[in-house]
Amino acid sequence: MDIRRARICDLRKALDTKQISAPELCGEYFSRIEAVDGRLQSYITVTKEKAFEMAAEAQKVIDSGKATALTGIPIAVKDNICTDGVKTTCASRMLENFVPPYDATVIENLKREGYVLLGKTSMDEFAMGGSNQTSAFAKTRNPHDLERVPGGSSGGSAAAVAASLAPCSLGSDTGGSIRQPAAFCGVTGIKPTYGRVSRYGLVAFASSLDQIGPIASSAEDCAILLNTLCSHDERDATSARVTVPDFTEKLGQPVNGMTIAMPKEFFADEIDNEVREAVLEAAKSLEAKGAKLVECSMPSLKYAIPAYYLIACAEAASNLSRFDGIKYGYRGEGATFEELIRDSRTKGFGEEVKRRILLGNYALSSGYYDAYYKKALALKQEIIKEYNELYSVADVILTPTAPTVAYRIGEQEKDPVKMYLADICTVTVNIAGLPAINTTCGYDKAGMPIGMSLVGKRFDEATILQLADAFERDFMPVLPKL
Amino acid sequence: MRYYPTMGLEIHAELLTKSKVFCSCSAEFGGEPNTRCCPVCSGLPGTLPVLNRRAVEYIIKAGYVMNCDISRFTKWDRKNYFYPDLPKAYQISQMPRPVCLDGHVDIKVNDEDKTIRINRIHLEEDAGKLTHEGRISLADYNRCGIPLIEIVTEPDFHSAEEVVAFFEKIKLLLLYAGICDCKMEQGSIRCDVNISIAPEGSEKLGTRTELKNLNSLKAIAKAIEVEIARQTEILDNGGEIVQETRRFNEAAMETLAMRSKEDAHDYRYFPDPDIPPIIFTEEELADIRATLPEMPEQRMARYRTAYGISENDAVIIVSDKRVSDFYDEAVDGCKSPKNVASYLVGEFMRRVNLGEIDLDELKFSGKDFARLVEYLYSDKLSQNNAKLVLGEMAQRGSSPESIADEQDLWIKEDTELLSAVIDEIIASNPKAAEQYRNGDQKVFGFFMGQANKALKGAASPKAIQEQLIAKLRR
Repeated sequence: MDIRRARICDLRKALDTKQISAPELCGEYFSRIEAVDGRLQSYITVTKEKAFEMAAEAQKVIDSGKATALTGIPIAVKDNICTDGVKTTCASRMLENFVPPYDATVIENLKREGYVLLGKTSMDEFAMGGSNQTSAFAKTRNPHDLERVPGGSSGGSAAAVAASLAPCSLGSDTGGSIRQPAAFCGVTGIKPTYGRVSRYGLVAFASSLDQIGPIASSAEDCAILLNTLCSHDERDATSARVTVPDFTEKLGQPVNGMTIAMPKEFFADEIDNEVREAVLEAAKSLEAKGAKLVECSMPSLKYAIPAYYLIACAEAASNLSRFDGIKYGYRGEGATFEELIRDSRTKGFGEEVKRRILLGNYALSSGYYDAYYKKALALKQEIIKEYNELYSVADVILTPTAPTVAYRIGEQEKDPVKMYLADICTVTVNIAGLPAINTTCGYDKAGMPIGMSLVGKRFDEATILQLADAFERDFMPVLPKL
Repeated sequence: MRYYPTMGLEIHAELLTKSKVFCSCSAEFGGEPNTRCCPVCSGLPGTLPVLNRRAVEYIIKAGYVMNCDISRFTKWDRKNYFYPDLPKAYQISQMPRPVCLDGHVDIKVNDEDKTIRINRIHLEEDAGKLTHEGRISLADYNRCGIPLIEIVTEPDFHSAEEVVAFFEKIKLLLLYAGICDCKMEQGSIRCDVNISIAPEGSEKLGTRTELKNLNSLKAIAKAIEVEIARQTEILDNGGEIVQETRRFNEAAMETLAMRSKEDAHDYRYFPDPDIPPIIFTEEELADIRATLPEMPEQRMARYRTAYGISENDAVIIVSDKRVSDFYDEAVDGCKSPKNVASYLVGEFMRRVNLGEIDLDELKFSGKDFARLVEYLYSDKLSQNNAKLVLGEMAQRGSSPESIADEQDLWIKEDTELLSAVIDEIIASNPKAAEQYRNGDQKVFGFFMGQANKALKGAASPKAIQEQLIAKLRR
């Protein structure tokens, strides 16, 4: 069986019709991982032994005729999502040997379905970055061009799916960390509404912005995964008490009559010409399917980057304080506990993580709180207000996912401000807690994928999935040659 | 120069919830180290706190009994600092929007009434415990996440007596409300004192220090005394007080500097994004208020009006909730609550003070005690034998009936024996009998004593008295 870009529904059919067994399928992916991942570096940990055990269990369920959507489906999981008994490193020396004694809620949900864990994917350290080059263990490359970055922070999850080292994966998105690598690698990824998926077991970067979501080959696969990932969770006080629909229900329904808003600030000069053209082209094809395009404005976008980095870094500074080398994780040396903590954190964290901790603590320190953090919270309210205004006239907002295609390794990482500015298209969605999906809408001259984002109303993942699916039906993705 | 001290308190009280404030671990005191903790309260990555609604109910109750305004909107903040007993490196606490604001509590010191204002009460989590053994330190996270309320007063105290009276009153209110067991020795209630002195008559307050490590009421009073003396000496010698935290060393009777204002932490408070704010409705608050049990003042009023007991007795009974609960159990269905009260305040409390009765481990019930009092007042047991029976009850917990049976302590009302004994006493003391008949009432006590001794409870005091009078007058 050719597993290159196999979709979940194809695999389901193959498994249920006994065309392939769950352990055989699992073996196919490990063959590819062994052949390719030395160059790609998408996994930090490969859980081969465990995967075959899980696959054997899944096969029993399949044989008994009780298989559900994800029984026996191999899935890669970002290495900041806790997996009981499996190392969860956040791509940091700090957690190099950390083995959580519990599963994240999303992992429990997947286990109930009988999924198969392929391994833990690389990422930017503690999800801080957009290139996967801050990973302490596996600096993932882009499967379309190994000289380029895969995006980040869920770069491993996106690259693994693009290169068919997993049919689908889990990522996490704090300021674009699912959508941007999905765009750079030419796959589909959705960040659900804040509160839709439990954060329990996701190692926190910025608690008010973080959300787990799926990365896969199609919007349909994302919908299938969301059906399992979403649940109200008593262990996460920010988990919403909303009913979870069947996200596949609206797929295939006509999109005519749908209104799509395109705020002009997202198509301004900072956006690369080829990217702009491809996204506008995609908008036209949606218009041809009966959707109505509306031009509009989102003036607060110019404040989005500072607001985002203040909120995210402040929360991160506090969230990452627990890594002190005392209970678990990297332990430095020192005669007093102050020295021990200082040494552990100096050596355990990478440069980008330390930069953001400093930034966050600065923004929260006495005398600066009002000037920075409080203002950022006010901007958050402003951004939410502008989104609400847009949604009074539109069903969905369409923007590019990133200002450029994947850039060359080493091109931008040395300039943190430039790196931060590259998040301009994605961060407002997290600030407002909205759902957004990336799907591939074209390729540049060099053959690098270009992504567009569809942003929905709160808890209306179904509509953006429907729209992305409608687009994907007439779009032929190009597979990397890897 | 003469100085006038001014003090304010920060009281930390652990709430009596079954589970911790942000996870489902047991909140009980003690346990083998690190057996009452889980990934959440030991701060493992990826875990999230979920607020215990019972703890919120308890702090609202605390607010009501201290006459506070309850915020309709309340939220939690992170207080960030590194310390090995704080696994997340931040404490979840409340900064700008605490649950309770602007309360007051009345106290009585040297017969004078005084009102102490409460600035705020907020809900937070306790930290773990460090033990230092030579060059190594051990962390126990059992206490991590036990719900804690912090009661902050205004600087309304001007003497150690006021502080002690207030602290005792707070303990009483918390105990009655059933929200804290107030065991200072286990650290379930702790008190820090902010203290400054200023020349008498001065409008301005002096520079304050904060006293910590006050483990008993005695320590609080002593530490205040010692610190006032230290500050006085500095000012008298022309020195300046440094704003700092000081630790009381009870053995050495001195306070020692812990950290000064300069090395004070910048806690970088900000709203905790993991815990959504709470908005209370009037109905929710009313429901919680309705669950408040009877408080000391209400009990005292009930004792005075329904049972007619003296103010003095009522004060003594309610000032210890265990005594008051015992009394309530004793008088339930009892005909003479007033007698029970006086025997309780007298003989029972005497034995409590002597350590013969342990209020935490009472061996007999209130009902047993009420029957004992009943026997005493209905002349079935003599004064002395009742004491004997109570002593046995305290020791081994039998019923008063079985003890009196076993040891043959009942008054038998043996009239023949009584008559014979009295005849004999009068006959062998003719002089004293003569004195009585000549109007000397004092010797009557001598005859009563002789008769009691000879009869050993065979007759009631009333019967002896009647017989004696009759026979002596003859």
